[in-house]
Amino acid sequence: MAATLFYILATVMVIATILAITGRHPVHAIVYLVTSFFALAGIFYLLLAPLVAMFEVIIYAGAVMVLFMFVIMMLDLGHPERGGRPALGQWLPALLLGATVLATISYAAAGFAGDKLPAMLPGVKEFAVTLFSRYGVAIEVISLQLLFAVVGALYLGRRR
Amino acid sequence: MEIMGLPLIYYGAMILKVLLAFVFVLLTVAYATYAERKIIGHMQVRVGPNRVGPMGLLQPIADGIKLFFKEEIIPSEASKFAFLLAPLVALIPAFISFAVIPFGDVIEIAGYKIPLQIAAFADNAGTVFDLNIGVLYILAMASLGVYGIVLAGWSSNSKYSLLGGLRSSAQMISYELAAGLAIVCVFMVSQSLSLHAIVADQAGLFGWYLFRNPFTFLAGIIFFICSLAEINRTPFDLPEAETELVSGFCTEYSSMKYAMFFMAEYANMVTVCAVTTTLFLGGWQGPLPSVLNFIAKVYFLMFVCMWIRATYPRYRYDQLMKLGWKVFLPSTLFLIVGNAIWITLFK
Repeated sequence: MAATLFYILATVMVIATILAITGRHPVHAIVYLVTSFFALAGIFYLLLAPLVAMFEVIIYAGAVMVLFMFVIMMLDLGHPERGGRPALGQWLPALLLGATVLATISYAAAGFAGDKLPAMLPGVKEFAVTLFSRYGVAIEVISLQLLFAVVGALYLGRRR
Repeated sequence: MEIMGLPLIYYGAMILKVLLAFVFVLLTVAYATYAERKIIGHMQVRVGPNRVGPMGLLQPIADGIKLFFKEEIIPSEASKFAFLLAPLVALIPAFISFAVIPFGDVIEIAGYKIPLQIAAFADNAGTVFDLNIGVLYILAMASLGVYGIVLAGWSSNSKYSLLGGLRSSAQMISYELAAGLAIVCVFMVSQSLSLHAIVADQAGLFGWYLFRNPFTFLAGIIFFICSLAEINRTPFDLPEAETELVSGFCTEYSSMKYAMFFMAEYANMVTVCAVTTTLFLGGWQGPLPSVLNFIAKVYFLMFVCMWIRATYPRYRYDQLMKLGWKVFLPSTLFLIVGNAIWITLFK
Protein backbone atom coordinates (compact mmCIF):
# COMPACT_ATOMS: atom_id res chain seq x y z
CA MET A 1 0.00 0.00 0.00
CA ALA A 2 2.64 2.51 1.11
CA ALA A 3 4.95 1.38 -1.69
CA THR A 4 2.22 1.86 -4.33
CA LEU A 5 1.46 5.35 -3.02
CA PHE A 6 5.17 6.16 -3.05
CA TYR A 7 5.54 5.19 -6.71
CA ILE A 8 2.44 7.16 -7.71
CA LEU A 9 3.68 10.25 -5.85
CA ALA A 10 7.21 9.85 -7.17
CA THR A 11 5.94 9.60 -10.77
CA VAL A 12 3.79 12.70 -10.34
CA MET A 13 6.75 14.53 -8.83
CA VAL A 14 9.22 13.62 -11.57
CA ILE A 15 6.78 14.43 -14.40
CA ALA A 16 5.72 17.73 -12.81
CA THR A 17 9.34 18.75 -12.24
CA ILE A 18 10.29 17.94 -15.84
CA LEU A 19 7.33 19.98 -17.08
CA ALA A 20 8.34 22.84 -14.78
CA ILE A 21 11.84 22.86 -16.27
CA THR A 22 10.84 22.50 -19.93
CA GLY A 23 7.68 24.65 -19.83
CA ARG A 24 8.24 28.02 -21.49
CA HIS A 25 5.67 29.98 -19.57
CA PRO A 26 6.80 31.00 -16.05
CA VAL A 27 3.27 30.88 -14.58
CA HIS A 28 2.69 27.36 -15.88
CA ALA A 29 6.11 26.39 -14.55
CA ILE A 30 5.07 27.63 -11.11
CA VAL A 31 1.89 25.57 -11.20
CA TYR A 32 3.90 22.44 -12.09
CA LEU A 33 6.46 23.17 -9.39
CA VAL A 34 3.71 23.53 -6.78
CA THR A 35 2.32 20.16 -7.93
CA SER A 36 5.78 18.69 -7.48
CA PHE A 37 6.06 20.15 -3.95
CA PHE A 38 2.72 18.60 -3.10
CA ALA A 39 3.82 15.15 -4.22
CA LEU A 40 7.03 15.62 -2.23
CA ALA A 41 4.98 16.52 0.86
CA GLY A 42 3.02 13.30 0.34
CA ILE A 43 6.28 11.32 0.23
CA PHE A 44 7.47 12.96 3.47
CA TYR A 45 4.18 11.98 5.05
CA LEU A 46 4.64 8.38 3.91
CA LEU A 47 8.07 8.45 5.58
CA LEU A 48 6.24 9.26 8.86
CA ALA A 49 7.43 12.86 8.90
CA PRO A 50 4.13 14.83 8.85
CA LEU A 51 5.82 17.93 10.26
CA VAL A 52 8.27 18.14 7.36
CA ALA A 53 5.40 17.48 4.95
CA MET A 54 3.46 20.45 6.34
CA PHE A 55 6.53 22.71 6.29
CA GLU A 56 6.99 21.80 2.63
CA VAL A 57 3.44 22.91 1.84
CA ILE A 58 3.33 25.99 4.12
CA ILE A 59 6.75 27.40 3.24
CA TYR A 60 7.45 26.32 -0.32
CA ALA A 61 4.04 25.82 -1.92
CA GLY A 62 2.20 28.38 0.21
CA ALA A 63 4.68 31.22 0.64
CA VAL A 64 7.73 31.12 -1.66
CA MET A 65 5.86 30.22 -4.84
CA VAL A 66 3.11 32.76 -4.13
CA LEU A 67 5.81 35.44 -3.98
CA PHE A 68 7.25 34.18 -7.30
CA MET A 69 3.77 34.39 -8.80
CA PHE A 70 3.33 37.89 -7.41
CA VAL A 71 6.60 39.06 -8.98
CA ILE A 72 5.84 37.44 -12.35
CA MET A 73 2.42 39.09 -12.45
CA MET A 74 3.98 42.48 -11.68
CA LEU A 75 6.59 42.10 -14.45
CA ASP A 76 4.13 41.79 -17.37
CA LEU A 77 6.20 39.43 -19.50
CA GLY A 78 4.03 39.56 -22.61
CA HIS A 79 4.32 36.28 -24.55
CA PRO A 80 7.37 34.40 -23.30
CA GLU A 81 6.03 31.16 -24.83
CA ARG A 82 6.71 32.57 -28.32
CA GLY A 83 10.42 33.04 -27.63
CA GLY A 84 13.14 30.57 -28.68
CA ARG A 85 14.47 27.70 -26.61
CA PRO A 86 17.50 28.47 -24.43
CA ALA A 87 20.82 27.47 -25.98
CA LEU A 88 23.07 24.74 -24.59
CA GLY A 89 25.36 27.37 -23.07
CA GLN A 90 22.48 28.61 -20.93
CA TRP A 91 21.63 25.08 -19.81
CA LEU A 92 25.18 24.20 -18.84
CA PRO A 93 25.46 25.96 -15.43
CA ALA A 94 22.11 24.52 -14.33
CA LEU A 95 23.15 21.02 -15.44
CA LEU A 96 26.45 21.34 -13.56
CA LEU A 97 24.70 22.46 -10.38
CA GLY A 98 22.10 19.70 -10.72
CA ALA A 99 24.79 17.05 -11.20
CA THR A 100 26.70 18.31 -8.15
CA VAL A 101 23.61 18.20 -5.94
CA LEU A 102 22.66 14.73 -7.21
CA ALA A 103 26.19 13.42 -6.60
CA THR A 104 26.27 14.86 -3.06
CA ILE A 105 22.90 13.36 -2.14
CA SER A 106 23.82 9.97 -3.65
CA TYR A 107 27.09 9.99 -1.69
CA ALA A 108 25.28 10.87 1.54
CA ALA A 109 22.53 8.29 0.93
CA ALA A 110 25.03 5.52 0.16
CA GLY A 111 26.64 5.98 3.58
CA PHE A 112 23.31 5.89 5.39
CA ALA A 113 22.07 2.57 6.78
CA GLY A 114 18.28 2.20 6.98
CA ASP A 115 18.36 0.54 10.39
CA LYS A 116 19.75 3.69 11.98
CA LEU A 117 16.30 5.34 11.84
CA PRO A 118 15.15 6.30 15.37
CA ALA A 119 12.66 3.91 16.95
CA MET A 120 10.43 6.72 18.21
CA LEU A 121 9.01 9.31 15.86
CA PRO A 122 10.15 12.81 16.78
CA GLY A 123 7.18 15.03 17.50
CA VAL A 124 6.92 18.79 17.23
CA LYS A 125 8.27 19.25 20.76
CA GLU A 126 11.39 17.14 20.24
CA PHE A 127 11.99 18.86 16.93
CA ALA A 128 11.74 22.31 18.53
CA VAL A 129 13.96 21.38 21.50
CA THR A 130 16.70 20.06 19.20
CA LEU A 131 16.40 23.03 16.87
CA PHE A 132 16.61 25.69 19.57
CA SER A 133 19.15 24.03 21.87
CA ARG A 134 21.69 22.21 19.71
CA TYR A 135 21.33 24.57 16.74
CA GLY A 136 20.36 27.63 18.79
CA VAL A 137 23.30 29.80 17.71
CA ALA A 138 22.81 28.99 14.05
CA ILE A 139 19.12 29.93 14.32
CA GLU A 140 20.02 33.26 15.89
CA VAL A 141 22.55 33.99 13.14
CA ILE A 142 19.99 33.17 10.45
CA SER A 143 17.35 35.35 12.10
CA LEU A 144 19.81 38.26 12.27
CA GLN A 145 20.50 37.78 8.58
CA LEU A 146 16.77 37.89 7.86
CA LEU A 147 16.54 41.10 9.90
CA PHE A 148 19.30 42.66 7.78
CA ALA A 149 17.43 41.61 4.65
CA VAL A 150 14.22 43.22 5.94
CA VAL A 151 16.02 46.46 6.79
CA GLY A 152 17.67 46.40 3.36
CA ALA A 153 14.31 45.87 1.64
CA LEU A 154 12.81 48.76 3.62
CA TYR A 155 15.71 51.00 2.59
CA LEU A 156 15.33 50.10 -1.08
CA GLY A 157 11.57 50.50 -1.02
CA ARG A 158 11.37 53.79 0.87
CA ARG A 159 9.76 56.82 -0.73
CA ARG A 160 12.25 59.38 -1.89
CA MET B 1 -11.16 -8.81 8.55
CA GLU B 2 -8.29 -6.36 8.81
CA ILE B 3 -6.38 -4.06 6.47
CA MET B 4 -3.00 -2.78 7.64
CA GLY B 5 -3.69 -3.88 11.23
CA LEU B 6 -7.04 -2.10 11.57
CA PRO B 7 -10.51 -3.68 11.47
CA LEU B 8 -12.57 -3.01 8.35
CA ILE B 9 -15.17 -0.99 10.27
CA TYR B 10 -12.64 1.84 10.71
CA TYR B 11 -12.36 2.24 6.95
CA GLY B 12 -16.14 2.13 6.52
CA ALA B 13 -16.53 4.75 9.25
CA MET B 14 -13.81 6.88 7.61
CA ILE B 15 -15.62 6.92 4.25
CA LEU B 16 -18.94 7.65 5.96
CA LYS B 17 -17.39 10.56 7.88
CA VAL B 18 -15.93 12.01 4.67
CA LEU B 19 -19.34 11.82 2.95
CA LEU B 20 -21.12 13.35 5.96
CA ALA B 21 -18.69 16.27 6.25
CA PHE B 22 -18.82 16.88 2.49
CA VAL B 23 -22.62 16.87 2.34
CA PHE B 24 -22.77 19.10 5.43
CA VAL B 25 -20.43 21.68 3.89
CA LEU B 26 -22.19 21.60 0.50
CA LEU B 27 -25.65 22.03 2.01
CA THR B 28 -24.41 24.78 4.31
CA VAL B 29 -22.83 26.54 1.34
CA ALA B 30 -26.07 26.35 -0.66
CA TYR B 31 -28.20 27.68 2.17
CA ALA B 32 -25.60 30.21 3.35
CA THR B 33 -26.24 32.10 0.09
CA TYR B 34 -29.95 32.12 0.89
CA ALA B 35 -29.38 33.00 4.56
CA GLU B 36 -27.05 35.83 3.63
CA ARG B 37 -29.56 37.42 1.25
CA LYS B 38 -32.38 36.97 3.77
CA ILE B 39 -30.42 38.29 6.76
CA ILE B 40 -28.95 41.28 4.96
CA GLY B 41 -32.39 41.90 3.48
CA HIS B 42 -33.98 42.10 6.92
CA MET B 43 -31.13 44.23 8.28
CA GLN B 44 -31.76 46.71 5.48
CA VAL B 45 -35.55 46.52 6.00
CA ARG B 46 -36.16 44.56 2.79
CA VAL B 47 -37.73 41.13 2.43
CA GLY B 48 -35.03 39.26 0.52
CA PRO B 49 -35.77 36.30 -1.81
CA ASN B 50 -39.39 35.17 -1.25
CA ARG B 51 -40.70 33.95 -4.61
CA VAL B 52 -39.23 30.46 -5.22
CA GLY B 53 -40.89 27.99 -2.87
CA PRO B 54 -42.23 28.80 0.62
CA MET B 55 -40.35 31.88 2.00
CA GLY B 56 -38.00 31.58 -0.97
CA LEU B 57 -36.47 28.39 0.42
CA LEU B 58 -35.87 26.85 -3.02
CA GLN B 59 -33.93 29.92 -4.20
CA PRO B 60 -30.43 28.29 -3.92
CA ILE B 61 -31.59 25.37 -6.10
CA ALA B 62 -33.06 27.72 -8.69
CA ASP B 63 -29.80 29.72 -8.69
CA GLY B 64 -27.79 26.52 -9.13
CA ILE B 65 -29.85 25.39 -12.13
CA LYS B 66 -29.63 28.86 -13.67
CA LEU B 67 -25.83 28.90 -13.36
CA PHE B 68 -25.60 25.40 -14.89
CA PHE B 69 -27.37 26.48 -18.07
CA LYS B 70 -25.56 29.78 -18.55
CA GLU B 71 -23.35 30.15 -21.59
CA GLU B 72 -19.74 29.21 -20.98
CA ILE B 73 -17.31 31.87 -22.18
CA ILE B 74 -13.51 31.60 -22.28
CA PRO B 75 -11.81 34.85 -23.38
CA SER B 76 -9.90 34.30 -26.63
CA GLU B 77 -6.66 35.79 -25.29
CA ALA B 78 -6.87 33.91 -21.98
CA SER B 79 -4.35 31.29 -20.96
CA LYS B 80 -6.67 28.30 -21.18
CA PHE B 81 -4.70 25.95 -18.94
CA ALA B 82 -4.62 28.34 -15.99
CA PHE B 83 -8.11 29.68 -16.71
CA LEU B 84 -9.67 26.22 -16.37
CA LEU B 85 -7.47 25.24 -13.42
CA ALA B 86 -8.16 28.32 -11.28
CA PRO B 87 -11.75 27.58 -10.10
CA LEU B 88 -10.73 24.07 -9.03
CA VAL B 89 -7.69 25.35 -7.16
CA ALA B 90 -9.92 27.86 -5.38
CA LEU B 91 -12.56 25.29 -4.42
CA ILE B 92 -10.54 22.27 -3.26
CA PRO B 93 -8.49 23.78 -0.37
CA ALA B 94 -11.73 25.14 1.06
CA PHE B 95 -13.05 21.60 1.49
CA ILE B 96 -10.01 19.58 2.52
CA SER B 97 -9.37 21.52 5.73
CA PHE B 98 -12.37 19.65 7.13
CA ALA B 99 -10.29 16.46 7.20
CA VAL B 100 -8.74 17.40 10.55
CA ILE B 101 -11.52 19.37 12.24
CA PRO B 102 -13.19 17.39 15.04
CA PHE B 103 -16.96 17.88 14.66
CA GLY B 104 -18.05 15.62 17.52
CA ASP B 105 -17.10 13.44 20.46
CA VAL B 106 -16.11 9.75 20.27
CA ILE B 107 -19.16 7.58 19.54
CA GLU B 108 -19.51 3.81 19.94
CA ILE B 109 -20.76 1.58 17.10
CA ALA B 110 -20.88 -2.23 17.58
CA GLY B 111 -18.24 -2.13 20.30
CA TYR B 112 -15.84 -0.01 18.25
CA LYS B 113 -15.05 3.56 19.29
CA ILE B 114 -15.27 6.00 16.38
CA PRO B 115 -14.15 9.63 16.84
CA LEU B 116 -16.17 12.14 14.82
CA GLN B 117 -13.13 13.58 13.08
CA ILE B 118 -12.12 12.40 9.62
CA ALA B 119 -8.37 11.93 10.01
CA ALA B 120 -8.49 10.12 13.35
CA PHE B 121 -9.19 6.77 14.95
CA ALA B 122 -9.61 5.57 18.52
CA ASP B 123 -8.51 2.39 20.28
CA ASN B 124 -10.87 0.33 22.44
CA ALA B 125 -10.06 2.38 25.54
CA GLY B 126 -11.35 5.47 23.72
CA THR B 127 -7.96 7.17 23.32
CA VAL B 128 -8.04 9.21 20.12
CA PHE B 129 -5.11 9.28 17.71
CA ASP B 130 -5.34 12.10 15.20
CA LEU B 131 -2.90 14.02 13.03
CA ASN B 132 -0.52 15.45 15.65
CA ILE B 133 0.00 18.62 13.61
CA GLY B 134 -3.63 19.30 12.67
CA VAL B 135 -3.32 23.06 13.12
CA LEU B 136 -0.36 23.24 10.75
CA TYR B 137 -2.37 21.25 8.20
CA ILE B 138 -5.11 23.89 8.36
CA LEU B 139 -2.57 26.70 7.94
CA ALA B 140 -1.05 24.87 4.96
CA MET B 141 -4.39 24.45 3.22
CA ALA B 142 -5.36 28.05 3.95
CA SER B 143 -2.15 29.26 2.30
CA LEU B 144 -3.12 27.47 -0.94
CA GLY B 145 -6.43 29.25 -1.47
CA VAL B 146 -4.58 32.25 -2.88
CA TYR B 147 -3.50 30.31 -6.01
CA GLY B 148 -7.05 30.02 -7.28
CA ILE B 149 -7.60 33.76 -7.18
CA VAL B 150 -4.14 34.71 -8.47
CA LEU B 151 -4.32 32.23 -11.36
CA ALA B 152 -7.82 33.42 -12.24
CA GLY B 153 -6.72 37.04 -12.15
CA TRP B 154 -3.66 36.47 -14.27
CA SER B 155 -5.09 34.03 -16.84
CA SER B 156 -8.18 36.10 -17.65
CA ASN B 157 -5.94 38.62 -19.43
CA SER B 158 -7.98 41.58 -18.26
CA LYS B 159 -6.74 44.53 -16.21
CA TYR B 160 -9.52 44.37 -13.65
CA SER B 161 -8.88 40.69 -13.05
CA LEU B 162 -5.14 41.23 -12.78
CA LEU B 163 -5.60 44.04 -10.26
CA GLY B 164 -7.95 41.82 -8.27
CA GLY B 165 -5.41 38.99 -8.32
CA LEU B 166 -2.58 41.29 -7.23
CA ARG B 167 -4.58 42.74 -4.37
CA SER B 168 -5.63 39.31 -3.28
CA SER B 169 -2.13 37.84 -3.17
CA ALA B 170 -0.75 40.82 -1.22
CA GLN B 171 -3.68 40.74 1.18
CA MET B 172 -3.55 37.01 1.86
CA ILE B 173 0.22 36.96 2.43
CA SER B 174 -0.08 39.85 4.90
CA TYR B 175 -2.94 38.49 6.95
CA GLU B 176 -1.72 34.88 7.01
CA LEU B 177 1.14 36.06 9.23
CA ALA B 178 -1.03 37.70 11.87
CA ALA B 179 -3.49 34.78 11.83
CA GLY B 180 -0.63 32.29 12.29
CA LEU B 181 0.83 34.30 15.18
CA ALA B 182 -2.59 34.52 16.84
CA ILE B 183 -2.77 30.71 16.74
CA VAL B 184 0.58 30.57 18.60
CA CYS B 185 -1.30 31.85 21.68
CA VAL B 186 -3.50 28.73 21.41
CA PHE B 187 -0.48 26.41 21.23
CA MET B 188 0.98 28.04 24.33
CA VAL B 189 -2.12 27.19 26.36
CA SER B 190 -2.91 23.79 24.81
CA GLN B 191 0.70 22.48 24.66
CA SER B 192 -0.36 20.49 21.64
CA LEU B 193 -0.95 20.90 17.91
CA SER B 194 -3.49 18.12 17.68
CA LEU B 195 -7.01 19.47 17.21
CA HIS B 196 -8.52 16.65 19.23
CA ALA B 197 -6.33 17.55 22.22
CA ILE B 198 -7.14 21.24 21.77
CA VAL B 199 -10.91 20.60 21.89
CA ALA B 200 -10.61 18.09 24.76
CA ASP B 201 -8.79 20.78 26.79
CA GLN B 202 -11.67 23.28 26.46
CA ALA B 203 -14.40 21.70 28.62
CA GLY B 204 -16.84 24.16 30.25
CA LEU B 205 -17.51 27.77 29.25
CA PHE B 206 -14.44 29.14 31.04
CA GLY B 207 -12.37 26.36 29.55
CA TRP B 208 -12.86 27.88 26.08
CA TYR B 209 -9.60 29.39 24.94
CA LEU B 210 -11.44 32.61 24.15
CA PHE B 211 -12.13 33.06 27.88
CA ARG B 212 -8.92 31.51 29.25
CA ASN B 213 -7.10 34.80 29.75
CA PRO B 214 -7.22 38.33 28.33
CA PHE B 215 -4.49 37.57 25.80
CA THR B 216 -6.16 34.54 24.25
CA PHE B 217 -9.39 36.57 24.13
CA LEU B 218 -7.73 39.24 22.00
CA ALA B 219 -5.90 36.57 19.97
CA GLY B 220 -9.24 34.93 19.19
CA ILE B 221 -10.74 38.17 17.93
CA ILE B 222 -7.65 39.04 15.86
CA PHE B 223 -7.63 35.51 14.40
CA PHE B 224 -11.26 35.82 13.32
CA ILE B 225 -10.70 39.23 11.72
CA CYS B 226 -7.56 38.05 9.91
CA SER B 227 -9.44 34.99 8.70
CA LEU B 228 -12.12 37.25 7.23
CA ALA B 229 -9.33 39.06 5.38
CA GLU B 230 -7.82 35.79 4.17
CA ILE B 231 -11.08 34.58 2.66
CA ASN B 232 -11.85 38.02 1.16
CA ARG B 233 -15.05 38.65 3.07
CA THR B 234 -16.40 42.14 3.67
CA PRO B 235 -14.89 44.49 4.89
CA PHE B 236 -11.80 43.03 3.19
CA ASP B 237 -13.38 42.05 -0.15
CA LEU B 238 -11.00 44.18 -2.22
CA PRO B 239 -10.10 41.46 -4.76
CA GLU B 240 -13.63 41.50 -6.12
CA ALA B 241 -14.73 45.04 -5.24
CA GLU B 242 -17.74 45.24 -7.59
CA THR B 243 -17.88 49.00 -7.75
CA GLU B 244 -14.27 49.66 -8.78
CA LEU B 245 -12.97 46.39 -10.26
CA VAL B 246 -16.27 45.05 -11.69
CA SER B 247 -15.92 41.98 -9.44
CA GLY B 248 -12.16 41.68 -9.91
CA PHE B 249 -10.60 38.27 -10.40
CA CYS B 250 -13.83 36.64 -11.62
CA THR B 251 -14.86 39.33 -14.14
CA GLU B 252 -14.24 37.02 -17.11
CA TYR B 253 -15.75 33.90 -15.56
CA SER B 254 -19.20 32.64 -16.39
CA SER B 255 -21.51 29.68 -15.83
CA MET B 256 -20.29 26.83 -13.57
CA LYS B 257 -16.76 28.19 -13.32
CA TYR B 258 -18.12 31.38 -11.77
CA ALA B 259 -20.35 29.25 -9.54
CA MET B 260 -17.27 27.40 -8.31
CA PHE B 261 -15.64 30.65 -7.16
CA PHE B 262 -18.88 31.55 -5.47
CA MET B 263 -19.02 28.16 -3.74
CA ALA B 264 -15.35 28.48 -2.74
CA GLU B 265 -16.08 31.79 -1.05
CA TYR B 266 -18.86 30.31 1.06
CA ALA B 267 -17.04 27.02 1.70
CA ASN B 268 -14.09 29.08 2.95
CA MET B 269 -16.46 30.90 5.26
CA VAL B 270 -17.72 27.59 6.69
CA THR B 271 -14.14 26.36 7.13
CA VAL B 272 -12.94 29.55 8.82
CA CYS B 273 -15.90 29.52 11.20
CA ALA B 274 -15.27 25.82 11.96
CA VAL B 275 -11.58 26.49 12.65
CA THR B 276 -12.37 29.45 14.91
CA THR B 277 -14.93 27.30 16.75
CA THR B 278 -12.39 24.52 17.23
CA LEU B 279 -9.52 26.75 18.35
CA PHE B 280 -11.29 29.33 20.48
CA LEU B 281 -14.93 28.39 21.15
CA GLY B 282 -14.47 24.89 22.57
CA GLY B 283 -15.29 22.91 19.39
CA TRP B 284 -17.99 20.34 20.12
CA GLN B 285 -17.96 20.93 23.90
CA GLY B 286 -21.27 22.21 25.31
CA PRO B 287 -24.68 21.30 26.71
CA LEU B 288 -26.23 19.77 23.55
CA PRO B 289 -25.16 16.48 21.85
CA SER B 290 -21.61 17.10 20.60
CA VAL B 291 -22.27 17.49 16.86
CA LEU B 292 -25.13 19.95 17.46
CA ASN B 293 -22.92 22.13 19.69
CA PHE B 294 -20.36 22.32 16.90
CA ILE B 295 -22.95 23.16 14.23
CA ALA B 296 -24.62 25.79 16.44
CA LYS B 297 -21.31 27.58 17.08
CA VAL B 298 -20.31 27.45 13.40
CA TYR B 299 -23.68 28.86 12.31
CA PHE B 300 -23.47 31.61 14.92
CA LEU B 301 -20.06 32.69 13.58
CA MET B 302 -21.41 32.59 10.02
CA PHE B 303 -24.22 34.85 11.15
CA VAL B 304 -21.58 37.22 12.54
CA CYS B 305 -19.82 37.23 9.14
CA MET B 306 -23.09 38.22 7.42
CA TRP B 307 -23.80 40.80 10.10
CA ILE B 308 -20.37 42.36 9.49
CA ARG B 309 -21.08 42.41 5.75
CA ALA B 310 -24.32 44.29 6.32
CA THR B 311 -22.65 46.76 8.69
CA TYR B 312 -19.20 47.81 7.48
CA PRO B 313 -18.03 49.49 4.28
CA ARG B 314 -14.98 48.18 2.41
CA TYR B 315 -11.45 49.14 3.47
CA ARG B 316 -9.25 51.11 1.13
CA TYR B 317 -6.19 49.20 -0.09
CA ASP B 318 -3.61 51.24 1.86
CA GLN B 319 -5.76 51.12 5.01
CA LEU B 320 -5.94 47.35 4.67
CA MET B 321 -2.16 47.01 4.40
CA LYS B 322 -1.60 49.40 7.31
CA LEU B 323 -4.06 47.47 9.46
CA GLY B 324 -2.38 44.15 8.68
CA TRP B 325 1.26 45.15 9.08
CA LYS B 326 1.15 48.02 11.55
CA VAL B 327 -1.70 47.00 13.85
CA PHE B 328 -2.33 43.24 13.78
CA LEU B 329 1.22 41.97 13.36
CA PRO B 330 2.76 43.95 16.27
CA SER B 331 -0.26 43.34 18.49
CA THR B 332 -0.13 39.55 17.96
CA LEU B 333 3.59 39.62 18.86
CA PHE B 334 2.71 41.57 21.99
CA LEU B 335 -0.05 39.05 22.78
CA ILE B 336 2.40 36.14 22.55
CA VAL B 337 4.75 37.80 25.07
CA GLY B 338 1.84 38.77 27.34
CA ASN B 339 0.37 35.28 27.16
CA ALA B 340 3.73 33.76 28.08
CA ILE B 341 4.00 36.01 31.16
CA TRP B 342 0.39 35.26 32.18
CA ILE B 343 0.86 31.49 31.84
CA THR B 344 4.07 31.56 33.88
CA LEU B 345 2.51 33.71 36.62
CA PHE B 346 -0.85 31.90 36.98
CA LYS B 347 0.10 28.32 36.33
